[in-house]
Amino acid sequence: MTLLRFLGEHRAEFLGLLLQHILLVGASTAAAIAIGVPVGVLAARRPRVGAPIVWLANVVQTIPSLAMFGFLLPLPLVGGLGARVAILVLILYALLPIVRTTVAGIRGVDGTLVEAGTAMGMTPRQLLWQVELPLALPSIVAGIRVAAVIGVGTATIAAAVGAGGLGEYIFRGLSMVDPTVILAGAVPAALLALAVDGGLLAAERSLSGRRRSWRSAAVLGALVLAGVIGAAAWNNVTGDSRHAVIRVGSKNFTEQIILGELIAQQLERSTDLTVERRLNLGGTFIADRALRAGDIDVYVEYTGTADTAIFKNAVETDPARVLERVRQQYAAAGVTLLPPLGFENTFAILVRGDDARKLGLQTIDDAASRSPQWQAGFGYEFLQRADGYPGLSRTYGLRFLAAPKAMDLSLIYRALAQRQVDLVAGDATSGLISAYDLVMLKDNRHYFPPYDAVPVARSAALLRYPAARAALEALAGRITMDDMRRMNRAVDAERQDPAAVARAFLAQLAPKRPA
Amino acid sequence: MYRCDTVALMTGPAAAIQMRGVHVTRGAAGEVLRGLDLDVAAGETLALVGRSGAGKSTLLKLVNGLIVPASGTVVVEGRDTRKWNPFELRRRIGYVLQDVGLFPHMTVAANIGVVPRLLGWDAARIDARVVEMLRLVGLAPETYAERPAQELSGGQRQRVGVARALAADPPILLMDEPFGALDPVTRAELHREFRRIQSAIRKTVMIVTHDMAEAFALASRVGVLDEGVIAQIAPPRELARTTDPRVRPLLEPLLESHALLS
Repeated sequence: MTLLRFLGEHRAEFLGLLLQHILLVGASTAAAIAIGVPVGVLAARRPRVGAPIVWLANVVQTIPSLAMFGFLLPLPLVGGLGARVAILVLILYALLPIVRTTVAGIRGVDGTLVEAGTAMGMTPRQLLWQVELPLALPSIVAGIRVAAVIGVGTATIAAAVGAGGLGEYIFRGLSMVDPTVILAGAVPAALLALAVDGGLLAAERSLSGRRRSWRSAAVLGALVLAGVIGAAAWNNVTGDSRHAVIRVGSKNFTEQIILGELIAQQLERSTDLTVERRLNLGGTFIADRALRAGDIDVYVEYTGTADTAIFKNAVETDPARVLERVRQQYAAAGVTLLPPLGFENTFAILVRGDDARKLGLQTIDDAASRSPQWQAGFGYEFLQRADGYPGLSRTYGLRFLAAPKAMDLSLIYRALAQRQVDLVAGDATSGLISAYDLVMLKDNRHYFPPYDAVPVARSAALLRYPAARAALEALAGRITMDDMRRMNRAVDAERQDPAAVARAFLAQLAPKRPA
Repeated sequence: MYRCDTVALMTGPAAAIQMRGVHVTRGAAGEVLRGLDLDVAAGETLALVGRSGAGKSTLLKLVNGLIVPASGTVVVEGRDTRKWNPFELRRRIGYVLQDVGLFPHMTVAANIGVVPRLLGWDAARIDARVVEMLRLVGLAPETYAERPAQELSGGQRQRVGVARALAADPPILLMDEPFGALDPVTRAELHREFRRIQSAIRKTVMIVTHDMAEAFALASRVGVLDEGVIAQIAPPRELARTTDPRVRPLLEPLLESHALLS
């Protein structure tokens, strides 16, 4: 029921994503038919040429779809974000079933009929079109059916590269830990898969009835294809050729989605630009690639992440030096670092509020004297990274009762609150810190690099739209750590809509803006 | 334009098909034909009889260029099959297969119209020809034309197969065990039909069969294929009197049944 209410409330968005999903699958399946059937015919006729092709299609099929997106993203021309790379990946997955069933269908044609056709004076081409293809059609349609159903499923992954589709709800729901949002993507995707399966099964049945209806099926297929191409072209026209468009991106966790919304809405409020959202991009690498490729114009990055993960610099803990270094390196890549938003999303060494008050703990140094009686819990990555636990324990001389427990990040706050552990490394802006009454200890020795949140934008876009620059600069220093925690909490713990949370924040910010 | 009759006249009635010193080797089967000579006169019905594997079907495929001889020549209508455009040659030769080979995804009318369509006839001419052909083979056009080919009985399929082979009015008709899969009653009926049709259209016909009775019933001349050559070739009456040990065994069943009846 909550699912139906969610879909009702997000009707326009849902229909848009559903259409995107259908377009992704339709366009890629159509292209896979256009490539796969001729390849299958070739493979059936020339096994020596065909065997390696079928083998290759097999290999492609074994590559996990996320890995495939990873391979293709950095490539010029095909790479980059959005529908292009998603359709390419979907085509690659759709090829195998179509090629295979085409080969099987052509090879399965009764030899007598081929002999009859040949003896009647058909050229190989006439034999193919008049005898082999019509008779192989039910088999080919069965392959198309498999390909389309796989496509509906794989297309949900396309949201990771900003191609949209129903996967957007799944990713959004996963990062918000909200089952309703996950289901809003998963259930319609499953229903769509069933509908596609059923529709094509009916087509297959009517074809293997071997009436003349293969002609009408071909006509129907051509119509659908034309419709898909038309819709894709229309999408292209309305989507890309509008001139005053600015694209806002974000990575794929709650805070990023809220910030993406916040920036998008700020641009909508303060400029007359059309804003496109490409939120939920699958990680730092993809977001950075997207920005440099011009697939997005702006997103929020963290200075420390840019310094170490993007520019691969050695760890530097002085905030001003990091900011300057990153600014220069971004500038060289045609990217402008805008003024920081005001809060930092660093690693947070957390203890329970009652412990902190009772023992008067304020800094990590304070905790170091108590820690030999404590149990610690850290995420897997934090335990391993040189700039994680090993360096931290060296810097502060931290010792614990036993070796720290490795825990999943999502469980770490609750584990602390429920006294399973006494000290954890979490996320400074997590909404759960206030929800569980936890206290963040001050990094008084400046062990952690700074992670100031800064909008990064393509310099070309800022030059073109000065109003956008002004709107983004107006956010400088306006979001405090508490603001961010509150917004994260509203989405993560209270299940509010990120867009609504961002809207409410901007609304209470507006009066404070200098007139 | 399609002008088979003119060509047939130009080459003369004696030489519709002419084979000289034909050798054919087929994969595992080894040498199937060993220096075979054969003349088929225009307008005659020649039946070729022989044991299974004697090379009967191979002989037919030489005529329409599905097989090219390793050595020797096959001349059809005055031209070596190696020099014919194979597609043009085949469209001028009707072909009826043992398993008929009707296209299951087409109607009866579409099956009959295959070769005329390949030849680029216009739709009206094809339609008229389909009706004519269905009448010729004794099937009511209004009942059968639009039926899917796969819904027909065995006998009806064979009739459609003959209609399809004759649709483009080819000067030559090749028939590979055309009535082999039918029950004796239907077969006898189709034999009568075939004789009626042949007396009306006078094609050069080569029929391959392993059944001497069928050969006697249909053909003006019967050839016996043995060890890759023609052992004997003669009108049925003459052939029945032969003492050739390669031919006698094939005649025995026929002569026995005759003896029983008389």
